[in-house]
Amino acid sequence: MSTPRFGLATAPRWLAPLLNYGAALPAIGIVSMAIADVFFGRSFMGADPIKQAEHELGEWTIRFLFASLAITPLRQLTGWNWLARHRRTLGLYGFAYGGVHFLTWALLDVQIGISEYVGWADVQKDLTKRPYIVVGMSALLLMVPLAITSTTKMIARLGRRWRTLHRLAYVIPALGVIHWGMSVKKDLAEPAMGTLVLAGLLGWRVMHARRSATA
Amino acid sequence: MPTIPRLPSSEITPESAWLDRRRFLAAAGVAGAGLLGAGALGRLAAAPQPQRPLGTPYGLQPGDEPTSYEDVTTYNNFYEFGTSKDDPAVEAQGFRTRPWTVRVDGLCAKPGNYQLEDFLKPSRIEDRIYRMRCVEAWSMVIPWRGIPLADVVARAQPTSQAKFVELTTLLDPQRMPGQRYDVLDWPYVEGLRLDEAKHPLTLLATGVYGRDLPPQNGAPLRLVIPWKYGFKGVKSIVRIRFVERMPRTTWAAAIPSEYGFYANVNPQVDHPRWSQATERRIGNFRRIPTLPFNGYADQVASMYAGMDLRRNY
Repeated sequence: MSTPRFGLATAPRWLAPLLNYGAALPAIGIVSMAIADVFFGRSFMGADPIKQAEHELGEWTIRFLFASLAITPLRQLTGWNWLARHRRTLGLYGFAYGGVHFLTWALLDVQIGISEYVGWADVQKDLTKRPYIVVGMSALLLMVPLAITSTTKMIARLGRRWRTLHRLAYVIPALGVIHWGMSVKKDLAEPAMGTLVLAGLLGWRVMHARRSATA
Repeated sequence: MPTIPRLPSSEITPESAWLDRRRFLAAAGVAGAGLLGAGALGRLAAAPQPQRPLGTPYGLQPGDEPTSYEDVTTYNNFYEFGTSKDDPAVEAQGFRTRPWTVRVDGLCAKPGNYQLEDFLKPSRIEDRIYRMRCVEAWSMVIPWRGIPLADVVARAQPTSQAKFVELTTLLDPQRMPGQRYDVLDWPYVEGLRLDEAKHPLTLLATGVYGRDLPPQNGAPLRLVIPWKYGFKGVKSIVRIRFVERMPRTTWAAAIPSEYGFYANVNPQVDHPRWSQATERRIGNFRRIPTLPFNGYADQVASMYAGMDLRRNY
């Protein structure tokens, strides 16, 4: 698969800057609008800007994780191998968005260490007794080793073990979607859509592996 | 019947003061938005200014201020018009609330079908400011307008068999698009024990901020029980029925492990997925402690004496 099936033998010039810097724009927008709403009486994000920001950042986390999972199938379909180097960027953005989503929950929503009415006992209870939080936290924590070993140096150093470790990239988005589904009250339409996309992204890999094995 | 202590008027933030606060915040916001490079101006100028007086405050705590008209009317759950809290304000536009018939029936001496105007006529319409606590751990302070449900109960003359009141929302998927999806078992049904229905705090609301309810808030007639979680406040009511058995209420039937029939605000009993100990007041940042019975314990706790509130959540 060395030559592209159609067009674009090399990456368009705007792609790298768009991904490297543009991907931060939604977070900057969401966080600054939420701050303007909460602390400056504005109304960009509706009546509950904190919840809104939390949910939007969570959705962007899933989007970036899906995007990084989409690179390989896209490459295989189009032959645009230059896409490969952006997989890491997208995955790292997924981690960053997950982190900001978590901080929004912890500091602005639950107000851990900020509200005098929220103590460590409450946090402990949240972290151990509430399944959707446990699942979300696990997803975030599992991303830490992946982020640490994402450097070119570490890839070289870990060799085969790197591939094994980074299989977690298939597990983490699944945890993210489960966390999403468990957190909604009743309307599962959006998490269900997420599940479909994820099934497509993972299903493609299974099919592709099978096809290459029989070919 | 328990009496309702009223807050001394010195405790109430005068309208001029909180309007000033909003103007200050708006000015700060313009400065903030400028700093952030965000150009769009907020919708504050477009928000209708409330008529004074807003009403008699009931059970307000120091620091409680009415939530802005805009927030009250653009952020609420009304699954008949969509499952997002900003859906109803959009999807309920144009919902016809006249003519509207309310049917009173079941175990009572004086059942009847009433045009809304006739249904309301015998009662004195009151303006009351109540605290509102959603089961999702956010809260508001809302100036409602309405009549006591007790009036309706007294007029219907429930028989001695009647133990509960069941209230039902309109079922009309043509006009309520959310009902085309079976997220919940339509129509929405809520209920109260007869003594709860007769409690003087229990209100059948027809308005908010001194004007008619906008459709997204449950026009033309909705229930308000300030010591219970907001989902008890069934909207766009077409039927009030007196029954012997505890009604099968919508959320309690949908997810019995998370929502109960009583749904009294209780900081001690957590929702399985989140703590109920504190709440975020819409419009404010800092969490505040949630009060037993949402601050109305003195007036209502005696109705639940001897009940295990952990089991009867």
